Amino acid sequence: MNYHWNWGIFLEQVKAGEETYLDWLITGFGWTLAVALTAWVMALLCGGIIGTLRTAPQRGLAFFATCWVELFRNIPLLVQMFLWFFVVPELLPRELSLWIKQDMPAKEFVTAVLCLGLFTSARVAEQVRAGVQSLPNGQRMAGLAIGFTLPQTYRYVILPMAFRIIIPPLTSEFMNIFKNSSVAFAIGVLELTFQARQMQEDSEQGIETYLAVTVLYFICAFVANRGMAFIEKRSRVPGFIATSK
Amino acid sequence: MIEINNVSKWYGQFQVLTDCSTQITKGDVVVVCGPSGSGKSTLIKCVNGLEAFQQGNIVVNGTSVGDPKTNLPKLRSRVGMVFQHFELFPHMSITENLVIGQTKVLGRSKEEAQERGLKLLDRVGLKSQADKFPGQLSGGQQQRVAIARALAMDPICMLFDEPTSALDPEMINEVLDVMVELANEGMTMMVVTHEMGFARKVADRVIFMDHGHIVEDATKEEFFGTPRSERAQQFLSKILSH
Repeated sequence: MNYHWNWGIFLEQVKAGEETYLDWLITGFGWTLAVALTAWVMALLCGGIIGTLRTAPQRGLAFFATCWVELFRNIPLLVQMFLWFFVVPELLPRELSLWIKQDMPAKEFVTAVLCLGLFTSARVAEQVRAGVQSLPNGQRMAGLAIGFTLPQTYRYVILPMAFRIIIPPLTSEFMNIFKNSSVAFAIGVLELTFQARQMQEDSEQGIETYLAVTVLYFICAFVANRGMAFIEKRSRVPGFIATSK
Repeated sequence: MIEINNVSKWYGQFQVLTDCSTQITKGDVVVVCGPSGSGKSTLIKCVNGLEAFQQGNIVVNGTSVGDPKTNLPKLRSRVGMVFQHFELFPHMSITENLVIGQTKVLGRSKEEAQERGLKLLDRVGLKSQADKFPGQLSGGQQQRVAIARALAMDPICMLFDEPTSALDPEMINEVLDVMVELANEGMTMMVVTHEMGFARKVADRVIFMDHGHIVEDATKEEFFGTPRSERAQQFLSKILSH
């Protein structure tokens, strides 16, 4: 292989500016974390609500939640990114549309978070639904029998156990959201993948660049995994088989 | 206290309850027995509205259960229920299980609820287990906690849905003892069970169900003396012979 290795490249200055390539990657890493973590908060909130509604006895609510899930999980993430960025603003009232296109602060970031958050919420919702449905029906009855309303029964009885049960699949979803956030480069978010492409073109040291980026993504997912394992351990219910170990 | 008038219920085409009527007056202990699939569990769940029914009406302490205007959570908070599989909340300690209904439904202070809960826990002989979790207790212990949890709400009557069916034989008596004590104190109780010894000891009346019908509704003496229906005689001969 006729490749000129240069591991010192990260400390060199970029062609047109004062900063180093390492600065670019660090900035990108920061945006990746910002997009992924903000979208995760949104995915957990929306997914928790939508997944709960999917198990609700009210047909209308359950139907709405099913539509939500089908809509956001049946379209490729990259296409959704473009839809939110290019199509949705055109469908809004003129004034709002203009404001979004010209004046909205951090437009790319907000769009990416919205898109990734909603996409992931559909997946989280399915896991929440599975968790709720895995509990014996007697738990719901016991909650109601004590005098709880149905929302109280969910709040105090069903969801605390359902969320504990789904920690393992939620873990992989949390890891996915870091990896999926790379799609945000397509609409111009200056996240890690975007910065990597820029560095590759600017420095012509593509192999070093992408190896470094690989390590950074790996660390993200790895820390996410260990963090969730810690939460799983902390929320373990004594004497309850499904969550012990 | 509890009036059940001509109640019928269907699951789709299948009729699970047919024209069931009975009454339970204050302080009465009524045992409901019958073969599995006869509708006894369904009937008792209709009493506090956990199961809906399509015909007839049920009145608990003057409130109609089937009326859409009825505040069911409020009604249920006054009717204690004990389930076959205990249904303690596994993620809460025993104390929290006893406290949560009192604070969230009845609006009691945490201190008051804890005091009341621990008193009842002591009464069912489990004060030392207060800080454990349901999964760390035996079945019999869990069911006694479940009874204490229901009592903590100061119920006007208690419903028991096969409270000993999921227990190992040597744990059945510890639960029945608590129930006998409760009956002797004058609690109004509707008990779905196959424990005929319990029925003999404390029941005022015995209801026998088969195929969704109330076949027999008699005093304890009549029921164990000369049950009138052939089906009830068969049933008794099978479960009393050993």
